[in-house]
Amino acid sequence: MERTDYPALGLAVYKTVLPNGLAIYAAPRPGWRRAQAFFVTNYGGADRRFSLNTTVYDTPAGMAHFLEHKMFDMPSGSVDDAFARRGADADAYTSEAVTNYHARCTDRFGENLRDLLAFVSTPYFTPETVAKERGIIGQEIAESEDDPVFAAYMGCMKLLFGEGPLGDSIVGTAASIGDITPETLAICHKAFYAPANMVLCAAGDIDPAEVERIAREVLPGESGPLPERDYGPDTGLMPLETRAERAMDVSAPQFCAGVKLGPAAAEPEALKARLTAELAMRCLWGGHAPAYLELYEKGLLNDAFRYEPTYAAGVGYVCLEGESPDPEAALAGLLGAVERDMDPAFFARQKKAMQGGFIRMLDDFYDLADALAEGHFAGFDPLTAPEVLEELTCAEVTAWAREHFAPARFAMAVIRPKEA
Amino acid sequence: MRSVRREIMPGVFLTSLQTDKFRTGLLRVCLLAPLDRETAAKNALIPSVLCRGSVRHPDMAALGARLDELGGAELAPAVRKLGEIQAVGLAADFVETGSDTALEDMAELLGEVLLAPNTRGGLLLPKYVESEREKLLEDIRARVNDRTDYARGRLLELMCPGEAYGVDALGDEETAAEIGYVALTRHYRALLASSPVEVFYCGAADPDRVAAATVDALATLPRGELDLDIGTDIRLNTVEEQARVFTEEMDVGQGKLAMGWRLGDAMEDPDMAALRVLNALLGGSAGSKLFVSVREKMSLCYYIYSSLDLMKGLLLVESGVDPADYDRAAAEIGRQVQAIKDGGFTDGELTAAKRTVSSDTLALLDYPERLERFYLGQDLLGLDYGPEELAALAEDVTREDVIRAAAGLACDAVYFLRGREDEDGED
Repeated sequence: MERTDYPALGLAVYKTVLPNGLAIYAAPRPGWRRAQAFFVTNYGGADRRFSLNTTVYDTPAGMAHFLEHKMFDMPSGSVDDAFARRGADADAYTSEAVTNYHARCTDRFGENLRDLLAFVSTPYFTPETVAKERGIIGQEIAESEDDPVFAAYMGCMKLLFGEGPLGDSIVGTAASIGDITPETLAICHKAFYAPANMVLCAAGDIDPAEVERIAREVLPGESGPLPERDYGPDTGLMPLETRAERAMDVSAPQFCAGVKLGPAAAEPEALKARLTAELAMRCLWGGHAPAYLELYEKGLLNDAFRYEPTYAAGVGYVCLEGESPDPEAALAGLLGAVERDMDPAFFARQKKAMQGGFIRMLDDFYDLADALAEGHFAGFDPLTAPEVLEELTCAEVTAWAREHFAPARFAMAVIRPKEA
Repeated sequence: MRSVRREIMPGVFLTSLQTDKFRTGLLRVCLLAPLDRETAAKNALIPSVLCRGSVRHPDMAALGARLDELGGAELAPAVRKLGEIQAVGLAADFVETGSDTALEDMAELLGEVLLAPNTRGGLLLPKYVESEREKLLEDIRARVNDRTDYARGRLLELMCPGEAYGVDALGDEETAAEIGYVALTRHYRALLASSPVEVFYCGAADPDRVAAATVDALATLPRGELDLDIGTDIRLNTVEEQARVFTEEMDVGQGKLAMGWRLGDAMEDPDMAALRVLNALLGGSAGSKLFVSVREKMSLCYYIYSSLDLMKGLLLVESGVDPADYDRAAAEIGRQVQAIKDGGFTDGELTAAKRTVSSDTLALLDYPERLERFYLGQDLLGLDYGPEELAALAEDVTREDVIRAAAGLACDAVYFLRGREDEDGED
């Protein structure tokens, strides 16, 4: 494996690409108790329509997530047992962009890695197990639908993306998952779980050579054809509608305001574009930003407020989520900051603080492996972030923010308390 | 990684873990107070008010600027409930690799925020107190927004009506609403003077250096008569002979089930490792009895897990189920608890549970925050061993140990949060 050193971070990462197209990253951290492996496919909730070998497939909302659940079944039964017997655990999550399987353990890493790779690459679906999973996922859907923060988020996504794939919940609905069959699961597995569409990241007390050897042994020698994705018509930069509201049992109004960033930048600009967005948001809306503090002091925001950029389906978007007695006033205050001039000293401090935050992130495997996987699919090296960040200027970050965060481009969904 | 614990000032205990594994240092200072309905909200409010500004950094902007200068350090209020003890204080995370005095700088700022708040005429600023009181009230009311947490909180409240344990870490709305700045200032000074203090550090610095930095930072901490009478009353038996069942309604589709057991006689001389293995066996992993039966076999739920409070001697089970499946789910959970009491588990299940506890415990060593919680818990339980020793103890747990640990389990209360009856018709 090829070794890259990051002396400023005190870290070395080993990388290789196998003949079957699988990329492997390994970040050994001697002295750590845990070893973790992340096996990630570039397939998420937004990848609904695709063609494979010229056949076009339209899959229902919740497909990638349903497949994630079903991968834990092997012909010999559930894989949970094998991991549990070693005191290890295997888990997974599905986002808009990826499905991420991970195994963590303090002992017998090789066996756990072997099992992780084996179950994720073994399709095994029967009508009985699919029917059974509908009950389990049905409860996951019910839980998400009762969650007011999620309801505000989905409301906002509908405003931004309408009927496009990002407008639907990753977990789907009771109705949408009703159409999923063993056959559709097998097609999606074949299309998106080809080694060339995946990345393996390992971190902790591991030996990079062992990671590569096991991946070569367990996974197929060749990758299948990769699917063509179709995210539907471009919905542009403006929201389709700007406001939505509904009532739930909540203590105070919950809001999610969102804005589209347009097509995600390709390499070599991908990392710079993301860091510019991140730094702009920190300066405008971070915990130390003047606009946030003003709204906090006025009682229009509390520390439930947060902002989050997401990149999926070829585009980027940002959500501002929180609780406020007056969401309109809170949003006006947050967007008002965009036109204000940024204090250069404040900007310099935010840059320094963001670099510090990046270094702290490296102490968490989960975040580190996640960053490596995300960087791989988007074509950037996340560990160069401190240097790229260093180059950003106050003027370019301000200009970026003014272009992307024009108030007219924002939509907002609000969950109001039910009238007593 | 060894922990060193010493009393660095009267009633101030420092637990220090030296390691070069992390780039991040963690420093936490907790004042320990009895959990009590009358004072819980006041105690919870204090760290938030302190984080509004100090003498040298009089508002959030100034404090934020200082934290940014320290390389994006974080300093946040920390309020927790540990058994019937309320731990309130400040938590700092900071990059240690950029500066030789990172620890001293952070400790100084933490001490300043804790001990030298922005005051006028010796009183905490009314606008800070009022603003943070409103936010505390928002937080207390917001508990309803997270249905799972809310159900657990209601279970504990209803299960332990006459016990301090029923009080939430943030206190309640009624007492929070009455807090004024004069009374809060008085309470703050009394709390500083009377509370035992736990300081925890994990990072690259050696224990002597940490002790010196902490003693400097806390030099002005007033020390009066210490309230050392803090602890947790363990109730061994259930409140009534039969488990009490509580049902409440909210505008939800999924029902939230929370069930509580007293550990009973197992708490007379608790075998902590066996109790943890018991929990892992019942509902502590994807291989556990509850996960396999209620989720995988019966497909009644997405999440189901059990948890322990070893200070209070409780075991909880939580799950989200369709209201129509409530009876089946609750009955199955009861059956699985009974099965463990009867020894109805395989050697394979036992081995998996032991390894889960052992592995999860060793993994603590990779997470400074979890180590802090672990060591504070150990101190409050009067135990002086670390994660490695606990992991080894878990490996030695036998079938008989688990059955003995489970023998006294008695279900005391069941709480179910479900959709409103009159809304069942709509979808």
